[in-house]
Amino acid sequence: MSDFTSGFWNFYIGIITIASILACAVFLAAMTTRKTGPGETVGTTGHVWDEDLREWNNPLPNWWRWLFYITIVFALAYVVIYPGLGAFGGTAGWTSQKQYADEVSRADAQYGPIFAKYAQMPIPAVAADPDARKIGERLFLNYCSQCHGSDARGGRGFPNLTDKDWLYGGSPDAIRTTLLEGRNGVMPPLGAAVGDAEAMRNVAQYVLSLSGHATDGVRVALGKPKFEAVCAACHGANGKGNQAIGAPNLTDDIWLYRGTEASVIEAITNGRMGQMPAFKEFLGADKVHLLAAYVWSLSNTGAPASAAAASPPQK
Amino acid sequence: MNAVPPPPQLAVVAGAPEQEQSLYEVRRKIYPRAVRGWFARWRWTLVILTQLAFYGTAWLQWNDRQAVLFDLASRKFYVFGLVLWPQDFIFLTGLLIISAFSLFLFTAVAGRLWCGYACPQTVYTEIFLWIERVIEGDRLARMKLDGQGVTARKFGKKALKHAVWIALALWTGFTFVGYFTPIRSLWGEAWALNLGPWETFWCLFYGFAAYGNAGWMREQVCKYMCPYARFQSVMFDPDTLVITYDAQRGEPRGSRAKSADLAATGLGHCVDCGICVQVCPTGIDIRNGLQYECIGCAACIDGCDQVMDKMNYPRGLIRYTTENAVRGRYADHDILRHVLRFRTLLYATLLTVIVGALFTTLLMRSPLKVNVVRDRGTLSRDLPDGRIENVYRLQIMNTDEVARRYRISATGLDGLEVVARQPVEVPPAAAQLVPVELRVNPDGLKPGSHPVVFHVESEQDAHIRRDEKSTFIVR
Repeated sequence: MSDFTSGFWNFYIGIITIASILACAVFLAAMTTRKTGPGETVGTTGHVWDEDLREWNNPLPNWWRWLFYITIVFALAYVVIYPGLGAFGGTAGWTSQKQYADEVSRADAQYGPIFAKYAQMPIPAVAADPDARKIGERLFLNYCSQCHGSDARGGRGFPNLTDKDWLYGGSPDAIRTTLLEGRNGVMPPLGAAVGDAEAMRNVAQYVLSLSGHATDGVRVALGKPKFEAVCAACHGANGKGNQAIGAPNLTDDIWLYRGTEASVIEAITNGRMGQMPAFKEFLGADKVHLLAAYVWSLSNTGAPASAAAASPPQK
Repeated sequence: MNAVPPPPQLAVVAGAPEQEQSLYEVRRKIYPRAVRGWFARWRWTLVILTQLAFYGTAWLQWNDRQAVLFDLASRKFYVFGLVLWPQDFIFLTGLLIISAFSLFLFTAVAGRLWCGYACPQTVYTEIFLWIERVIEGDRLARMKLDGQGVTARKFGKKALKHAVWIALALWTGFTFVGYFTPIRSLWGEAWALNLGPWETFWCLFYGFAAYGNAGWMREQVCKYMCPYARFQSVMFDPDTLVITYDAQRGEPRGSRAKSADLAATGLGHCVDCGICVQVCPTGIDIRNGLQYECIGCAACIDGCDQVMDKMNYPRGLIRYTTENAVRGRYADHDILRHVLRFRTLLYATLLTVIVGALFTTLLMRSPLKVNVVRDRGTLSRDLPDGRIENVYRLQIMNTDEVARRYRISATGLDGLEVVARQPVEVPPAAAQLVPVELRVNPDGLKPGSHPVVFHVESEQDAHIRRDEKSTFIVR
């Protein structure tokens, strides 16, 4: 409760507080009447401005005086009930932390059942529910749009969630796992393994050739064995990637970073580090379920769950 | 330098003992006597008009909704055909400025007209007094009743009075709340004893305010609490019409027989009957001159005129006149000419300009509002085709009570492509948040921020359109 190391300050504050309140009461009582000289009335305060402007001392209504006393009673009751006297916590035991905890638990009691209801339903069913989608969209705008954009189409280093390309898989369960546990997408720096600048350019040209962007056929041919020796371990011999470890598909012309030679060389030289934070603790499983349904629905709009995998990506 | 004259109350009486005086006073209850007359009729007309408006307007319907409803929860303010949004708060400011300048103008012309005729405090006090009068009788009967010990008759009358007061006060509180939450459903809830905790609280709170202020506090609100009461006198000048006792004509006051020859008695026209004091709702004697307690209700004028009629003296011993006129600086028939003076003309001009500006703005108000919110996280992104894309969310607000479809376009950069679900359908009096992407070929564009303009236009009515500036970021 108290941050002071010495108990003295608690008494210091408590005594000053009580003494001030009581002093107000004494002051009020002393100022209720005024002694006047023989035959005098209270009249004016005696202050005169601008030659003839006098300040009257007109009587206040009596009930007004009681309002003053009520404030004193209020103040005394307040410091008894609420914390106000040094280390004394008040009889009501109020603290701001407790009030916050109360409000959170009240909100949970009120909104929890709404989330819990959707948590019971399979993700495709949640995605089909317009109310759930609205809640999901609001959650997305609050917690996801900072990186993925409010249209969920991502940005440099942040995946587009509206296409059919998934680093870790686009099934409802995979999306939910991504949200709950987070992901660490690590591309190690492989400059030393690939070799000198020439070798690097060869591999880069080969990587670009997988999606039809190569400009130098000779380098593509030279880069191929290097790719198979160094990169294929994660990206696969055919460059199609591996969703189990989040290695991107290099053949689909969807680039998390830019699809240029310079960008590919940079990735090989310095590696890439992508991090999706875990939301399990922060949002709880029920909200994540709704979010997963919203994210899943972005690339499965209008399509029934079973047919979704077969339908072409939508633009 | 002139010597300061002693304040009037500082009368020194030799030999009186030193005494202790309270700085507070117990309120002396005021029993205003009923009065009839020209001004009383005006006052009652205004009581009826303002209260018909207050109690009645809440029940009016417009387009299948309450005509006047200040829906705080959904932040929409319905005033007949108008739907005001929080963005329109400037109109409230305008209304307050108009109220202030009206107060200045009326006060400069004829004093505290607002206090005397239209202020809710006066109006409700008038109504509550009327109830009191019907149940307990007029001034003398009421004074007698209060002087008595408790009897069954007195208890019955007082109980009946308070019951009627409380019923009216509750109805007032209910009506007030009915402007903030639909009154028809509120009515049903009230009968089913199913009001929400806040609705109940505010109904009771405003009910209590009406009962306490109009039943008990009365003139004390004007005397001790009301700031307007104090500052209105600042706007008086010697040409302001105020309720004035014509001392030159009235003094020396004194009672006399109706048949007495005025010249022979040496008296003025004031018969010192005290009617003007008895009818005063703030309990002052207007014959002491202009006082801050005077709310300008003109009850004393009506009271005095009746007596003047009986005495066959001309009316207007107490009348609306100006300081200059009563001092003989100009004739009474010149008073109206002096209403037009620099001060009032200035107030009137300002008032006209502001009213004109407000109504013009109101008429030209577009039923479409657009906010452009740039995505903060995603500054700019690369598309596979080499173009650059920026993301925005457009908040499209339709303040009309019909659904509208809008088209979004953008200009500012060559070859700017707008990607959005078009058209955007916005339901009546609602807002839609629409994600929009702008795409452009970055060749020849410097990295950095470039100005762009969004155009939102109604499909049905090309006049309803809005341009909003934003920026496009290239990197």
